[in-house]
Amino acid sequence: MQRSWRVGLLALGAVAVLIVPVPGGAPAGGERSFRIEATSTGFTPAVIRARAGDRVTIELVAMDVVHGLFVDGYELSTTAEPGRPGRLAFVADRTGAFRLRCSVTCGSLHPFVVGVLKVGPQTLLWRAAMLAVIAALGGLWLARR
Amino acid sequence: MSEPDVLRVPWVHRLVRSRWPQLLVTLVLLAGFLVAIVAGFAGSPVGNRNFAIVGVWIAWWAVLMLVAVPLLGRGWCGVCPLGAPADWIQRGAILTPGPRALGLGRRWPAQLRNLWLQNAGFLTLAIASAAILTRPRLTALVLLALLAAALIVSFVFERRAFCRHLCPVGGFIGLYAQLAPIELRVRDKRRCAAHRDKTCYTGCAAGSGCPWGVYPGALDRNAACGMCFECVRTCPYDNVAIRWRGLRNDLVTAPGHRLDEAFKAFIMLGSALVYTAVFLGPWGDLKAAALGVGSRAWVAYAGVVIAFLVGVLPGAFFLAGELGRRFSHSPLTPRRTFASHAAALVPLGLAAWVAFTLSLLLVNGSYALVVASDPFGWGWNLLGTRNAGWTPALTGALPILQAVVLIIGLGATALAAMRIARGTAGATAGRQAAPVVLFAFVVTVAMLRLLVG
Repeated sequence: MQRSWRVGLLALGAVAVLIVPVPGGAPAGGERSFRIEATSTGFTPAVIRARAGDRVTIELVAMDVVHGLFVDGYELSTTAEPGRPGRLAFVADRTGAFRLRCSVTCGSLHPFVVGVLKVGPQTLLWRAAMLAVIAALGGLWLARR
Repeated sequence: MSEPDVLRVPWVHRLVRSRWPQLLVTLVLLAGFLVAIVAGFAGSPVGNRNFAIVGVWIAWWAVLMLVAVPLLGRGWCGVCPLGAPADWIQRGAILTPGPRALGLGRRWPAQLRNLWLQNAGFLTLAIASAAILTRPRLTALVLLALLAAALIVSFVFERRAFCRHLCPVGGFIGLYAQLAPIELRVRDKRRCAAHRDKTCYTGCAAGSGCPWGVYPGALDRNAACGMCFECVRTCPYDNVAIRWRGLRNDLVTAPGHRLDEAFKAFIMLGSALVYTAVFLGPWGDLKAAALGVGSRAWVAYAGVVIAFLVGVLPGAFFLAGELGRRFSHSPLTPRRTFASHAAALVPLGLAAWVAFTLSLLLVNGSYALVVASDPFGWGWNLLGTRNAGWTPALTGALPILQAVVLIIGLGATALAAMRIARGTAGATAGRQAAPVVLFAFVVTVAMLRLLVG
């Protein structure tokens, strides 16, 4: 088979991976509340989960110094001082894994104080893994004589 | 169609032959390097308010890994503020060679003409990276130590022994330079063979003999060429080309077969995984262990990291290569199979570092505005940006960008694995390459899990 045909077939496979719908999670629309404790090395719990469409409320509790919480992708943030928690409420209308980051300088590790909010099915991860399969097989196939 | 030679463009040729543009860039970088050392010792201990941390580990690292290495290969080495003073010592002058070279000019020991010391140096920095990347004073100490080592080694030994065999950064730049879309090569090898004086290697009034100890007439890989352009200046026949080669790379045309190079590929690929887990992962205990250099937790962390980088990862790859070797009935020895096929991991390694660096730049790049105005954290406001807030950029698109980069890296690795296998296993290349690609796929999924999962 000619190389251009191989490339075309691989591209077709990649498009299929991108557009095929991924099964959704359980029905959503509920309430999810989290209490996140922040220290200068990280958040506890480090990973929180919600279903797509849930109304999420996060109470940020600073355990040592002033901390902030920024939610990647949602672009929301709050801050908390020791004894004065911060609060964040939003509808989790985007699926995937979103990093939670400290937004107030809190110590040596500040830029790397990270948590994760997982919402619904991890569509991006699954699609990326499937595309990786195509890339791996495609590389082998394209280099065949 | 032949690949374009950018030195055929008259103004590029003039720019490259003149030492002034290169010197000016180097002097600016040297000034930045010295400011970083001063800031590290005398500036704020808060990393994101100090030029030593933000200037080096965010700005410089991003330029290096997102632009310089992928596009220019060893282009950075050509203007490196560590290498330039070493050259000046050996030339006895700053521009053209002086009347008397300084330094002892000894030859670098034959047993050490490899990458093992660079591998050890990078490993040492890697296990202390959480502390180095977050503590300005420690960063300044590392920079100062590198500068001192570069000067001492250049005084004692000939050419750029430090850059080729000791610099922990130079080691991985050389590894990934093999993918760069440009290459410096001679136009006509026969002309080099007929040239008796070999001024590109021995030097002449127009310039030094290759500071990197490379004979351009035999150059077939980017790994050891420091892009200093001395050979462009010393060749009396104008026989040196800088070609735009696009996607063609050195992995297939001249794959390495040395164990030190293979281990460099594993250390870099594995370090990208480790750095991503430590710095971008949600595990606070892991970060605390990595930061606590000297503590019991850190010793355990360092042990696990070293075992992973030089034991588990290469071991798993060895098994994959051996499986492929047996399936394909390849005539190669297990050791040679391991070393030659490790080169296929270079694209995935670079992609993993690019993906990691994208996080660093897009999330924390705005700190550069703050330290541009106040490099020492002393309250200056030179550019009026001292109070610019932390503004993460494109956080919604970041995981998608990282996934795309990793997938491209895996595809390039699969292509390279198959092409290398065609040279070693012939008609059964697919059987040789398949386990190697499976290994790369597992690493890619692990990286995806860390970055977008």
